[in-house]
Amino acid sequence: MLRVEVSRQLGEFSIEASFASEGRVTGLFGASGAGKTSLINMIAGLLRPDRGIIAVDGEVLDDTAAGLHIPPHRRRIGYVFQDARLFPHLDIRENLDYGRRMNRLAEDSAQNKRVTDLLDIGGLLDRRPGRLSGGERQRVALGRALLAQPRLLLLDEPMGSLDEERKVEILPYLVRLRDEANVPMVYVSHDAGEMRQLATQVVMLRRGRVVAFGGPEVLPGTTLPA
Amino acid sequence: MFEISPTEWTAILLSLRVAAVATLVATPLGIALAWLLARREFWGKSVLDALVHLPLVLPPVVTGYLLLLTFGRRGLVGGWLADHFGIVFAFRWTGAALACGIMSFPLLVRPIRLSIEAVDRRLEQAAGTLGAPPWRVFLTITLPLALPGVLAGMVLGFAKAIGEFGATITFVSNIPGETQTISSAIYSLIQTPDGDTAALRLVVVSIVIALAALVGSEWFARRATKRLHGN
Repeated sequence: MLRVEVSRQLGEFSIEASFASEGRVTGLFGASGAGKTSLINMIAGLLRPDRGIIAVDGEVLDDTAAGLHIPPHRRRIGYVFQDARLFPHLDIRENLDYGRRMNRLAEDSAQNKRVTDLLDIGGLLDRRPGRLSGGERQRVALGRALLAQPRLLLLDEPMGSLDEERKVEILPYLVRLRDEANVPMVYVSHDAGEMRQLATQVVMLRRGRVVAFGGPEVLPGTTLPA
Repeated sequence: MFEISPTEWTAILLSLRVAAVATLVATPLGIALAWLLARREFWGKSVLDALVHLPLVLPPVVTGYLLLLTFGRRGLVGGWLADHFGIVFAFRWTGAALACGIMSFPLLVRPIRLSIEAVDRRLEQAAGTLGAPPWRVFLTITLPLALPGVLAGMVLGFAKAIGEFGATITFVSNIPGETQTISSAIYSLIQTPDGDTAALRLVVVSIVIALAALVGSEWFARRATKRLHGN
């Protein structure tokens, strides 16, 4: 359960958004510049709201009225960035292991295998990020976030920097992730097709405001039931 | 001509020791300061920045004299350190190391600061979302990625410390076996009637040390860069 009620001024632009969602995949949908990334940066704790409340599973992470702000590293919220952001000085195995080490979790080879199998990255473990294709990098970034055992996973247009061919390559992994990984996700995209395939609930944003909320049927291009 | 005398050896070894100690003590401080200047905004930042660079633009003899006033036996800090901890800088090799450390500090800090600034902050953010608190982000992401700059700064600082003359001789004088480094030994030798050959020997030695430092740093930097970005 994710609850967001925030406002934040960013230069000329302002965000004022509130929603509460319970779906497996909450889609944040909107054109570029609608405030999607700022909004999940606030959920991740990378950006502080001017006013408002953010709570996950009943635990309050931001409450400006109470002066509460939990820093990103104590939120247990995973984040897959559009540009993967793998650590260039570590090989893939070390990249994947990073979150476990930082959270002082016990080694769990069964979990490692589940995740590497799910994402088909078992063959990349000894390589450096520089040697991977865009799609491979993004799959490793997914695995790295999952292995930190987050309670919520944020995905910011994880296919945004990939060409059409690569998108087709990675979409099935995202569907598998949704159905098998058992972690609620917030998925950001401006692509209605992607949203329809992945999201169970949709928050539609325009110019920093929530303009629609509901099931995938609120997406444009879908015929609304009579 | 190529027979290095015991006195000259003493000066060479002392120089190496002074420069090594100065660099090793200054490096952690330099890294901390470089990080502050690169990553934090705070009141008085530009003043601190100017203060770090001051030894680079002040006449070395001024820095040396200020050190004498501050860290001399009767100096404010020097007297206190001597009374409470028995630490004495004046006319000791440790004083030479202090002078060299301060004179080389701006050269040490600059490359480290630049390389920290060059580390992609988005990687640091990513590390944070994976559960790393800021100090672990620094140790596991920022510092390893800035390593080539740290090594470059250390070599530059070391080379500057080896060659330091003005502040050192002003602060701790020119005592053979205690504070006479290669530079001050050369200075003494060229003022003695038959000192030319000995001075030349030391000149050759300084050139060799400087070249070795440069080649070494190049090698380190290349290795580090390869390790970081090598695929």
